[in-house]
Amino acid sequence: MADLFARWKNGLTRSSQAAFGRLAGLLGATEITDETWDELEALLIQADLGIETAQSVLEALKGAVRTRGLRRASELQSLLQAELRSRLLEPPSFTLTTRPFIILLVGVNGSGKTTTAAKLGRRFAQAGFKPLLVAADTFRAAAVDQLQIWAERLNLPFFAGQAGADPGAVAYDAIHSAITKKMDIVLVDTAGRLHTRYNLMEELKKVQRVVGKALPGAPHAVWLVLDATTGQNALHQARAFKETVAANGIILAKLDSSARGGMAFAIQHELGLPILFAGLGEKPDDLQPFDPDAFVEGILSA
Amino acid sequence: MREVRLALLEADVHYSVVKEFVARVRERAVGAEVSKALIPGQQVVKIVNEELIATLGEPAPLNLSGPRPRLLLLVGLQGSGKTTAAGKLAQLLRSHGERVMLVAGDPYRPAAIQQLQTLGERLDVPVHTESGVKPPELTARAVAKAQNGGFGVVIVDTAGRSQLDDGLMNELRAIVAKVPPAETLLVVDAMIGQEALHVAEGFRDAVPLTGLILAKMDGDARGGAAISIRSVTGVPIKFLGTGEKLDALEVYNPGRLASRILGMGDMLGLIEKAEAAFDEKAAQEQAKKLSSGEFTLEDLAEMLRSSKKMGPMSQMLEMLPGNMGQAARNVAPQDVERQLKTTEAIISSMTIAERRRPDILNARRRRRIASGSGTQVQEVNRLMKQFREMQRLFTTLKKTGGRGLSHLFG
Repeated sequence: MADLFARWKNGLTRSSQAAFGRLAGLLGATEITDETWDELEALLIQADLGIETAQSVLEALKGAVRTRGLRRASELQSLLQAELRSRLLEPPSFTLTTRPFIILLVGVNGSGKTTTAAKLGRRFAQAGFKPLLVAADTFRAAAVDQLQIWAERLNLPFFAGQAGADPGAVAYDAIHSAITKKMDIVLVDTAGRLHTRYNLMEELKKVQRVVGKALPGAPHAVWLVLDATTGQNALHQARAFKETVAANGIILAKLDSSARGGMAFAIQHELGLPILFAGLGEKPDDLQPFDPDAFVEGILSA
Repeated sequence: MREVRLALLEADVHYSVVKEFVARVRERAVGAEVSKALIPGQQVVKIVNEELIATLGEPAPLNLSGPRPRLLLLVGLQGSGKTTAAGKLAQLLRSHGERVMLVAGDPYRPAAIQQLQTLGERLDVPVHTESGVKPPELTARAVAKAQNGGFGVVIVDTAGRSQLDDGLMNELRAIVAKVPPAETLLVVDAMIGQEALHVAEGFRDAVPLTGLILAKMDGDARGGAAISIRSVTGVPIKFLGTGEKLDALEVYNPGRLASRILGMGDMLGLIEKAEAAFDEKAAQEQAKKLSSGEFTLEDLAEMLRSSKKMGPMSQMLEMLPGNMGQAARNVAPQDVERQLKTTEAIISSMTIAERRRPDILNARRRRRIASGSGTQVQEVNRLMKQFREMQRLFTTLKKTGGRGLSHLFG
């Protein structure tokens, strides 16, 4: 657990530096003024919380300041931290309700699905499960090779279709292979698609249907991989993937960049989708269960 | 003013850039009010638009001057769209008669080299790769090879990197020091949030950027990052990536991008497409007929044909502004297109007499039309009902003064 927290910290230090000191300076021993609120708004918006969420957080803080009669800016910090933390869902613990447990990984182009698939495979293997990596992105050039190289590096079972093959058919065959080989978890890496592309979203629906035919009840989870550097569009993405393929969890990739992933708040608030994992680096072990406390700290970085 | 600020923040323009921008608009608006006779609201919109367009700047062409081969370097974060942009640029330059070589400068991400190789095969453009050679040396060798081989342009697809990664940023510096590029283009995902500013600053501080490519603009992101990046780096926006196909690279239009960022949709693009597809003579003819009240099925067929010329329905629908665009996205474009096709098929299966005088359509004729067009009698009936409604509408318009209508079509 300590190690886990350290990794979060490491992953986030780089992103912390920009705003370190800033909040401390802002919330020094001075009185709360209009400027304090403006600065806080700037901080939240620059962390990609979006104007609506930022304002709602500030309103809540202002309310608390009024009722408790706070005057000093330094008293705001813990209040802000608690307010942000209260807006994040506790990540549900992951339990294998059935075997094989089929997980579809979906998302827009370049969000980090393939890398995430490999890292998840590694995690599950380390936890003692038998995961199967399935390359169902038959569209993007060399996407299959990318996952295959990962599988070889991490020594994980791998299943792929031909380039240009129907992704649904690949997933179907993969699930049958997983059943025969008694795999515990099947991670299906799908092609990236912009959520506004009707045809591609329909294709994804079809993959989902076919997976259900291969194994009734599947997919057991549909996880949306979001790039943490994404701004307001992240909410549109989450909404669309939830509506079309019932995405029920979020993986926040590339959180080790300078971005803070503040869109997670709006997504949790509006869609109730929990954040399950966060990508904190390029190494295979850098995918970690989402830690709301560390995440809030990353946003405040003070 | 409040709305302007909100619109910009919602479009992911950086907080500090919005602040400056709003201050600038306010200053101009206050100064302008005295002199002009416009309504204040209109005045503000006009100023906002002008300022946005000025900030976004004119589209700049690729700089292909200097001795051959010219080196184009593509840099950016992981997953921003560099490799796809490399393929698109190669395709574009080749269509202008350049001999292009691609260089796979990403030895880190698994299969990044294969990805570029696959694109190269698809485009029939050679891809230079050497395993075990570091990107700066690899670039130098590729350029030497291109020189001997008579290539005009060398495009290097570099590895995705965070601007905070000192090691990889130094690698970029080393490439630029070894072979000075004609263009160093920053590829940015149109969906990027507030970090766009720091990303652009980071890359600009490491290497002399010459241009910006905004990728994945075919989504519904407003693309406010363009403003942040322009404000801090001043480099011109060179292209927009607008689709997964290799020809989906567009020269950008400042006015259009400005209205997109403000959330007004790409109405200009829509109008332009409509204009390009519209046959003016036919339109005038139609307008004349419409205003005289003789609207026949032949006219309807003609209208359908010209609306089809505008391009795929899906693209049309996406260009609509705000809520309308959102609503349109929920409609399956195939459904719309299928219906248009059915309608055309039904009309084509009618005799000329039937098209001009739909009154003569009895049950037997309708059955014949249905089987001739591969549809059901119900569909023929539905079309006829819709047609009657349109006819009624046009007659009403005529009574209320068809002048507005002919104006619309002229």
